[in-house]
Amino acid sequence: MKERDELLDKYSAKVFKNRKQHITQLEFGEEADTITANTRAVPGSMTARGCCYAGCKGVVVGPMKDVAVITHGPIGCAFYSWGTRRNKAKSDPESDNKNFIPYSLCTDMRPTDVVFGGEKKLEQAIDEVMDIFNPKCMMICSTCPIGLIGDDVQAVARRTEQKYGIKAIGFSCEGYKGVSQSAGHHIANNGLMRYIIGTGDKKPKNNFSVNILGEYNIGADGWEEERILKRCGIEVTSVFTGDGSYETMKNAHLAGLNLVMCHRSINYVAEMMKTKYGIDWIKVNFIGVGATCRSLRMIAKYFNDPALTARVEEVIAEETAAISEDMAYYKSKLSGKTAGIFVGGSRSHHYQLLLRDLGMETIMAGYEFAHRDDYEGREVIPFIKSDADTKNIEEITVQPDAELFQKRYTEEEIAALKADGVELDTYDGMFKDMKTGYMVVDDYNFHEVDALGKSMKPDIIFSGIKDKYSTMKDGVGSRQIHSYDYSGPYSGFTGAVIFAKDVVMALYTPTWGLVKAPWKNEPLLTGTLTGGEA
Amino acid sequence: MLDMTPKELKERKGITINPCKTCEPVGAMFFALGVHKCMPHSHGSQGCCSYHRTVITRHFKEPAIATSSSFTEGASVFGGRSNLTTAVKNIFDIYDPDIIAVHTTCLSETIGDDVGSYILDLEVPEGKLVIHASTPSYEGSHIQGFSNMSMGFINYLTKKTDTLNGKTAIFPGWVNPGDCREMKRIAAEMGAEVTMFPDFDGTMDSPMTGKYEYYGEGGTTIPEIQQMGDSENLIALGTFASGESFHLMRKKFKTEGMLLPMPVGITLTDKFVMALRTLTQHEVPKSLEQERGRLVDMLMDAANYTYHKKAAIYGDPDVVYAMTSLCLEMGMIPKYVITGTPKSEFEKQIKELIASYSIEEECVVKADTDLFYLHQLIKNEKVDIMIGSSYGKYIARAEDVPYVRAGFPVLDRYGAPIQTICGYTGGVYFAEKIINALLDRFDRDVSDEDFECVL
Repeated sequence: MKERDELLDKYSAKVFKNRKQHITQLEFGEEADTITANTRAVPGSMTARGCCYAGCKGVVVGPMKDVAVITHGPIGCAFYSWGTRRNKAKSDPESDNKNFIPYSLCTDMRPTDVVFGGEKKLEQAIDEVMDIFNPKCMMICSTCPIGLIGDDVQAVARRTEQKYGIKAIGFSCEGYKGVSQSAGHHIANNGLMRYIIGTGDKKPKNNFSVNILGEYNIGADGWEEERILKRCGIEVTSVFTGDGSYETMKNAHLAGLNLVMCHRSINYVAEMMKTKYGIDWIKVNFIGVGATCRSLRMIAKYFNDPALTARVEEVIAEETAAISEDMAYYKSKLSGKTAGIFVGGSRSHHYQLLLRDLGMETIMAGYEFAHRDDYEGREVIPFIKSDADTKNIEEITVQPDAELFQKRYTEEEIAALKADGVELDTYDGMFKDMKTGYMVVDDYNFHEVDALGKSMKPDIIFSGIKDKYSTMKDGVGSRQIHSYDYSGPYSGFTGAVIFAKDVVMALYTPTWGLVKAPWKNEPLLTGTLTGGEA
Repeated sequence: MLDMTPKELKERKGITINPCKTCEPVGAMFFALGVHKCMPHSHGSQGCCSYHRTVITRHFKEPAIATSSSFTEGASVFGGRSNLTTAVKNIFDIYDPDIIAVHTTCLSETIGDDVGSYILDLEVPEGKLVIHASTPSYEGSHIQGFSNMSMGFINYLTKKTDTLNGKTAIFPGWVNPGDCREMKRIAAEMGAEVTMFPDFDGTMDSPMTGKYEYYGEGGTTIPEIQQMGDSENLIALGTFASGESFHLMRKKFKTEGMLLPMPVGITLTDKFVMALRTLTQHEVPKSLEQERGRLVDMLMDAANYTYHKKAAIYGDPDVVYAMTSLCLEMGMIPKYVITGTPKSEFEKQIKELIASYSIEEECVVKADTDLFYLHQLIKNEKVDIMIGSSYGKYIARAEDVPYVRAGFPVLDRYGAPIQTICGYTGGVYFAEKIINALLDRFDRDVSDEDFECVL
């Protein structure tokens, strides 16, 4: 296909050979479209990817408000992951009125610590953190030098537990592990599963209780989701991990169902909880009005309670009525426009549905750190070849819990629910919501976003800060889909309207009309034309 | 906000809380963005490059391009030579810069990668260049990284012939594009022909044209850097960011010159202008004298509201020194002056500066500390205003202190990188911000009967 060929044309033979496997222009032919993902980035390509630490500390454990997360390493990583990811949190009595979100804790290693080892300084730091903050849970996140110099953060965590009687977890999430943030997600999932989930005994009060997994409360998305679920009469036991807490996560295993938002970053926990406690999970998407309605209906079908089903329909009717006028207006401004989305590991899919609500098509999309199942659906998992980088990331195996394992449904009932459209214990991936000719780019880099913007000419590109200003300088609209450009929420019903308003703003800001200076259009020499009428 | 910060101050040896510095590599990356058609390259894990590009982009609201060696576990064990070789080839193929400026990270430093020798073995296309600087994140701060990259460029590229070229080299230090422009304007007024190194004017504030180019029109060119050894003289601004490069130029090329603080406010701009006057033997034009006069006039008029107001100033050593000087000129008391950069010289310089104004009040001056400490100081004795980076906003909110943003990074306001705080003109702009912040607070807090239209 033309655009794909053009895009790859710039590359040398070696890079071409690599990148062509990561770029798929969808055909939906007899053979299924495939893509290569979760492999090493090409050095020098200007990949948008971050590192394992960013996935573990930055994404998964950082948002837990009552946890003192200590970054063990030189100062940089703690600095960059401080207050920059918009995972909003409010302190409450349940989490001991603690809120570590505006704090950044770091051992700030110096040359002597690197040469002689940093464990001593880490233990000193832990003593001081206990003295100042007295947290019930502490986590230590390792940066690059830690593994290399041999500091044992797990051993330090165990000693901390003994010394202070608190929960302490060490994460070996050095930046070089794996090939992207994805390795860090997995390492974080393992830690939460091994040490926190299942350690509490506070049962949900309600018959219908859920955990929201992979919801980081960027721009208050999680709060909008909780608002809707609460209106439906569904209790949220815990959120992983936006505005989440150690205190609530302990009881996550007592919830009735897991809802998975960001499949990439949290599917490990969902799967392990299913094996260990028998809790099913549904792949939900609260981004988009249609997607939110579908997600709520899947939850209702799962719990299979007439009163709940009726209540869900009532809420859907009320909420959609409340926003219908606004949505119709924004749709009139946006219908027929096209978009590109380049984000982390789930939103490139989620936002396509919200844009479709507004009459927009996403003609190009890509993920920073997704795996093949995020593109093609979980059915491809058995066929994914595991390479050395993936094998280095620990895969933990859990067994059904002797006391707590409890299955709600038989295999036949599960199959019936799936047949009824419930995305139960699986995820169908992004491809299926896209159309022929649309471009999918795995591990997109700066050149590719820039070149695709020029060749496929979308009206707007949703991406991160690193691509934002180059996109705009090219005359293409831009919204950040990592940070929402400090707006939000974009989820649920309220969020859909805010998102629509922001997209209209990005495309219709009058400043776009001022880019060209008037003297660029008018010649300097003026005079009267002779031979005609003056 | 920051509700868990206790008032009681205790010595800490292990934990840094809410840092007032970041790591060396970001300084090196930033420096390289001030060189024309240069691609900064981060030799380490991808995360470093991603984080650095993010913070620089967020400060300038401009694309900050840079590449990474994308270390994996394998590279960390076997060394990063092959990653660097691959990266350099790909960068020239895909992004076509004139020069690649490689900096190291804590990862590549810890495993002992010898980037200098790797570079010698690289196949570099005709007419293209690759240089490097060592920037181990566990040493110094971002300011040191900036300085190291400056020396990297000089060591690799700068040459001296038998003839001086009549130019004045200006090392602006860690500043914004608007500051570079203002320094060049002042130098031009003083009749100096200038090489500014680095030069962010036109790289980190490129105009909107409807067409994005990887490299802006600005930045110090490679020939300019190469010929810098023939400079008639040199003015290095910011003793922490530019000091080592200044001494290197003196040692290597015997370049005459002066090392001065960042030219902010009256006395420090005077030093800059006087240095130009001495070096160029050009009289100060009336236009500059008038600019100076207007700033003095304004500070005098507003002294009513600034005299003996207490300020907390935090951030990078050069900008903090400059802000402290400006505050002292306005009759203010620099009550708390801190930096995260671990340089004891900072404390000495600031204390001398404060002493030169015969301030009787006891001021706290501290290097190698953090914003948690500053917050605790403020909890114990409040100040009238805070001046520093965006990370102070949490404290300003928690303690309800008027607050003016300056230095790096400013992540939550627009326009500052285009403006200047340097020179007499920059003095007017920044002093106005300080005065307005104080007066806005005064107006907010007074009772109705004390609320006045004229101040």
